[in-house]
Amino acid sequence: MIHAVTPLAAFARPKPRRAPINLPHWRPGLGGAALHGEIFAPAHEASGAALALALALDAAMPGEERCWLWVQDKAALRRGGRPYQPGLPPALRHRLIHVAAQTPEDALFALEEGLRCRDLAFVVGEIAGNPKALSFIAARRLSLAVEKHGTPLWLIRLDAARDLSSARQRWEAKAAPSLPPRWNTAAPGAPAWQAELFRARAHPPGKWTLSDEANRLFARQTHFGDLADGAGDRPLAAG
Amino acid sequence: MAIWLTALAIDRWQLAEGISPAPFALLSESAHGPRIAAINAAARSAGVQPGAMLTDARALCPDLAVHPGDPAGDRAFLEKLALWAQRWGPWSALDPPDGLLVDVTGVAHLFGGERGLLNDAAARLAVRGLSARLAIAPTAGAAWALAHYGPGRAVHDPGDGLDQLPVAALRLDPATLLVLRRLGLKRVGDLSGVARDALARRFRSTRAPGANPLIRLDQLLGKVPEPLLPVLAAEMPLVQRRLMEPIRHRSLLDQVLDDLTADMARLLEGQAKGARRLDLALWKVDGEVLSRRLELAAASRDAAHIARLFAGKLDDLDAGFGIELARLSAPWCEPLALSQADFERAAEAHGTALSACIDRLNARLGEDAIRRPQPFASHLPERAQRWLPPLAPESASQNELAFHARPLKLLDRAEPIAVLYASPDGLPRRFRWRGEVHEISRAEGPERIAPEWWRERGHVRLRDYYRIEDGQGRRYWIYRAGLAGDGRGGVPEWFLQGLCA
Repeated sequence: MIHAVTPLAAFARPKPRRAPINLPHWRPGLGGAALHGEIFAPAHEASGAALALALALDAAMPGEERCWLWVQDKAALRRGGRPYQPGLPPALRHRLIHVAAQTPEDALFALEEGLRCRDLAFVVGEIAGNPKALSFIAARRLSLAVEKHGTPLWLIRLDAARDLSSARQRWEAKAAPSLPPRWNTAAPGAPAWQAELFRARAHPPGKWTLSDEANRLFARQTHFGDLADGAGDRPLAAG
Repeated sequence: MAIWLTALAIDRWQLAEGISPAPFALLSESAHGPRIAAINAAARSAGVQPGAMLTDARALCPDLAVHPGDPAGDRAFLEKLALWAQRWGPWSALDPPDGLLVDVTGVAHLFGGERGLLNDAAARLAVRGLSARLAIAPTAGAAWALAHYGPGRAVHDPGDGLDQLPVAALRLDPATLLVLRRLGLKRVGDLSGVARDALARRFRSTRAPGANPLIRLDQLLGKVPEPLLPVLAAEMPLVQRRLMEPIRHRSLLDQVLDDLTADMARLLEGQAKGARRLDLALWKVDGEVLSRRLELAAASRDAAHIARLFAGKLDDLDAGFGIELARLSAPWCEPLALSQADFERAAEAHGTALSACIDRLNARLGEDAIRRPQPFASHLPERAQRWLPPLAPESASQNELAFHARPLKLLDRAEPIAVLYASPDGLPRRFRWRGEVHEISRAEGPERIAPEWWRERGHVRLRDYYRIEDGQGRRYWIYRAGLAGDGRGGVPEWFLQGLCA
């Protein structure tokens, strides 16, 4: 008697479709942007928040007019200050909704509720340190909510150690000397950040110097200390 | 038609407590002690005057019985009476503290003419035990004047003159009446004897009708319109459940709450309204009432959403011996057009609406936690933005000038820094903040922001803002408070206020 052998592959669940990414040449902004990203940054500079906004703007659709949410817990508010509307990027200025949570638990609740909302363009969270509430399970909850509802989340971890997380992209960011402005060379210029992608699901890790010029994200690979990398030295939005 | 209830407070008291022949007065509290607010006929014949101090009145009439007055109750009674008075006309308005105005245009023939209408109204008010003076006139001002100062039950014909009425019939402030009395103008007719230009010049600085006799005179004669605010009956949506057995457990209460919200949603849907504020009251067996209040960011009648928000507020409830009556009311409603219901399942699949999201955040984090920034017209950076509720409409405002670079984040309170500089009013070189030394490699400034002299004291110092970058590329916004030798304090101090992108 012969049993019909069912191939094991028939039971396997279909794999989720991923954006086609040319792996070796990937750099920030070239599509396939993580929906759930984590940025580790020092609390006494604004590079984490600035990089999150730059990445979110880079991935945003043109003509996006939905609101966006910025959630801060109390420690993050005390250490890093609160958002200042005149200093926000002009495209985001009038659409901000800010949540000042007392505890990290409340901040995580607000983040999850924000992700479940269809009227929000993206969600930015700022949580200081490594609170107990932000465990791997909590991060996984956020990842699942992001994947289910498709609202991007950028979680900024101020002064935090690299703990376990299920974020799809994990960055370490700090400030880099800004580009010299055209006219007054003694003044600070367009903001730049040293960004290290140390863990990503779909991309190889790498280090870049990202800069935000005229509200567009530019990337220069700093792998080999080559600041004037020809391939990367053009607006990413144009491809 | 104007109705003046000449002794509203006393009539109300006598209706509630019964008529007594003894002298009696109602009191109001004033800064100098209790004062007589209203008196009955016996007290009046004993010589007590309204407005006198209680001690003076006691000296005149030692057996005067007194009781504190209830102006709020009188006002509520007057509102109910205004609704009742709509039996004589399509709408009525309040004339606080003790009057009513009813629009009887084209109504009088239903009662057999104006006389019949006045007799009917007087009879019905008398049956209710209210003493009243009534008058009918073409304008509200003339009706008021005749009710207060005319003959009883007067009907004003357009041909009649009102010249013989005292100027107090113009509904003027006591201060204006005093001015007119000193000018020798005692009757309404005296005003038309004076040239209008002179009166207009005398009262040119007052726009309030109560302080300007010309406006009141024109209103009396119907030359300028006088809008009145009609009283409308509004019913508050209310649902309740009486329970056969007192409930003590949370799961049962949740079931009751679900039923109540479903009833409320049906009720609101019938009226095409959505609730903004909901009150839940729970009566316990031992006579205590527990109440919980909920406010929503946008009008809603989604039963599951409301039940979920209330459930978060019921955790600290002490049911005691049990809850026997639950009542849900919506004191604040807004029109909400019929639309497809936002089912929980749909929310799960397509995400929640922004207002629902904000409601959930509000319910857990509190009202003040979730807000949006709004530009405000001020030079000072920390005053240049205000925080509003998230769904409040954005008001018109002027943008910042484009060449002003502002930081991405602002510290709640500017933190003092120790600065090393070449000259006291020059560029800083190095500073220490939060225990770390920053070498300044690039700087832009100063941008001078002067104190707002129209609201601040004279000793507040100006600020010179610098946008700086340290050796590692960290960008900050710092300022020096004051100048050396500006006479407003010692050596200028430095502060770090913002973190730039």
